[in-house]
Amino acid sequence: MSKQINVALIGNPNTGKTSVFNALTGLNQKVGNYPGITVDKKQGICKLSRGVKAHILDLPGTYSLNASSLDENVVIELLLNKNDKDYPDVAIIVSDVENLKRNLLLFTQIKDLKIPTILVINMSDLMNRKGISLDIELLEAKLHTKIALVSTRKNNGIQELKQLIENYKTISKETCLDTSSIDTAYFESLQKAFPNQDVYKLWLVITQDANFGKITRQELDISKFKTKSNQELKRLQQKEAIKRYQFINSILKEGQTIDRSKATGLRSKLDRLLIHKVWGYVIFFWILLTIFQAIYDWATVPMDLIDTTFASLAEWVKNTFPNGGMVTDLVAEGIVSGIGGIVIFIPQIAFLFLFISILEESGYMSRVVFLMDRIMRRFGLSGKSLVPLISGTACAIPAVMATRNIENWKERLITILVVPFTTCSARLPVYLIIIALVIPEGSIIGLSYQALTLMALYLLGFGMAIFSAYILDRVLKTRHKTFFVVEMPNYKLPLLKNVIITVIEKTKTFVFEAGKIILAISIILWVLASYGPGDKFNNAEAYIEPTTQTSYERNDQIAAFKLEHSYIGIIGKTIEPLIKPLGYDWKVGIGLVASFAAREVFVGTLATIYSVGSANEGENIDTIKNKMQNETYADGTKVFTLASGISLLLFYAFAMQCMSTLAIVKRETKSWKWPILQLIGMTAIAYICALIAFQFLK
Amino acid sequence: MHLTIADLKKGEKGTITDSSSEDIPLKLLEMGCLPGNTVHLLQLAPFADPMYLNVNDSFLAIRKETAALIIIKKIDE
Repeated sequence: MSKQINVALIGNPNTGKTSVFNALTGLNQKVGNYPGITVDKKQGICKLSRGVKAHILDLPGTYSLNASSLDENVVIELLLNKNDKDYPDVAIIVSDVENLKRNLLLFTQIKDLKIPTILVINMSDLMNRKGISLDIELLEAKLHTKIALVSTRKNNGIQELKQLIENYKTISKETCLDTSSIDTAYFESLQKAFPNQDVYKLWLVITQDANFGKITRQELDISKFKTKSNQELKRLQQKEAIKRYQFINSILKEGQTIDRSKATGLRSKLDRLLIHKVWGYVIFFWILLTIFQAIYDWATVPMDLIDTTFASLAEWVKNTFPNGGMVTDLVAEGIVSGIGGIVIFIPQIAFLFLFISILEESGYMSRVVFLMDRIMRRFGLSGKSLVPLISGTACAIPAVMATRNIENWKERLITILVVPFTTCSARLPVYLIIIALVIPEGSIIGLSYQALTLMALYLLGFGMAIFSAYILDRVLKTRHKTFFVVEMPNYKLPLLKNVIITVIEKTKTFVFEAGKIILAISIILWVLASYGPGDKFNNAEAYIEPTTQTSYERNDQIAAFKLEHSYIGIIGKTIEPLIKPLGYDWKVGIGLVASFAAREVFVGTLATIYSVGSANEGENIDTIKNKMQNETYADGTKVFTLASGISLLLFYAFAMQCMSTLAIVKRETKSWKWPILQLIGMTAIAYICALIAFQFLK
Repeated sequence: MHLTIADLKKGEKGTITDSSSEDIPLKLLEMGCLPGNTVHLLQLAPFADPMYLNVNDSFLAIRKETAALIIIKKIDE
């Protein structure tokens, strides 16, 4: 392998750091995880001339080297640990031409760690329009760095940046500030205690311990050296910020001129409309409706296509591979349909992230956070909880992952705990069939009862999420500290490339995170449904009298009989006494158990139980509906009545049935405590609501 | 009683005189909420919370409870 330069890409949020990363690496990037934590690790390869390659690490956005979130902590840990294999040969600080002053704070901190540093000034195409001019030579000299003026939008300056990376060895390691001037006596004593270490690095380790808790991968033990209280340390950190701004202001005074008269009023004009006390909300809800329209209407076309493709693929496997073999069945019924059950969600997830990334890139999302924070806070949530709650209507998994930027742990935890109440798309097929079954046709003021029921279920999901957040806010005892600081970035047109890369990346994460669990459970369920003890399972053919049915009907009846006596059938019968008060029989019980792979499996499982086999392809839904409608208990009463139907709808609305979500919650909260609480709590609520509904309506 | 950012009305400006309270997040200081800098209150969400400010050329939103910790001197125009 040829020589590789380690580059760390660092910068404030909203500076277009990711655009620079995308411009340098193209699609030559991958996303992984930092060991032990859940922060995405984005890295890519950038080809320089003469076969030299740069390994580029896109670090999470941060405003300084004082972390207040897990994401930011990653940056500090890396820069403080020279033994890390990703420790940069050169750091690139991405700044935004309009926020140079604030961006330079982070820049000077990194310079003071004596890491060679290139300063990228992004969005340089806006300089003229905003009336900003810069004396690059002077800035380079005063900041001891090399500057690249870049515009990812116009694709300018990337070549120059690559050249700077290649020649990183010529960049000065001179510091910007004499950091010991923050508190001369204290810094001297620090240096004396650890003579071999850089004193600014020591200072960062100490303040980091005070700010955010222990640095985990630290090679030096500084815990014994503690002569100042956290309060004093914070005062010194404030002093550091002041000193840095003094330094920055003195340089920008010479190196930057801003003609304020040229500043366009786009921000204030749009803000006046988008965060207006009335119009702001109207526009936001209109955007929400568009998103729902996309997820539930536009996405159905590719979803139907995926559905039929996987059905015929399973059929093809069955017909092509040796007949009746265990492996063939496993592949056709367990694996292919399991993968199909994952792939089917891709269109919805992709649409959702398409919208979310457009809203985020354009700067609109921060306005929504601003508009909604006060309302959400009443329920123990934050304005930042809104994106997860909206995402939850597609799937709880990306929604839980989207909570990472909520700094306040309690608000984040509550958001994670209540997100699964929102109506995810896996519930939709279940809702549709039960609604069709028990809700009468007919309409009121032009709206059909069935559509109204569906809408009510969505509202119910949201309502329950908000209500339980309210309860949790009162129950959970944690140190409550406000960390709510939201930057309101400039409005800009989203870059298509960034949007597409985000959509691909998020969809991939979903497929692999949720996918492996859904697949594993599908296989387990297939085994439980395909095997059973005793003669009734293994010799089912003998128990079904060959009477007047067609051979198709007979096969379906055999399949149903087998399922009844399979392991999963036994489980269904075992839990029957438990679910009887809710109005379900053991067949529904099997459906409930199967729903642990993914809720929509319920429909397919019922199809098998009610012996709607492949013979009736094409009219499957109608056939299942008819079968379910005619399903009766031994005494002739119908199984699916309004009472049991409503009970089932409520159960599906509230119960925690998704193993993939539980796994993600475990990963994000780093404890089994919360997913277990979620499983028990939500399922208990579901049980009680379903019980009351059934007993009341019966 | 000191005047704080929470006392500003929409469109008003002030100069920060003290931001050393324990409970102000460090992030806010680093974004420029430091003594001597000018705060311009741009917009308010319903119930005057959160508050949308321009400080030190940064545009940001903070909650009223945080704003009430940052002491200012009003600038009359």
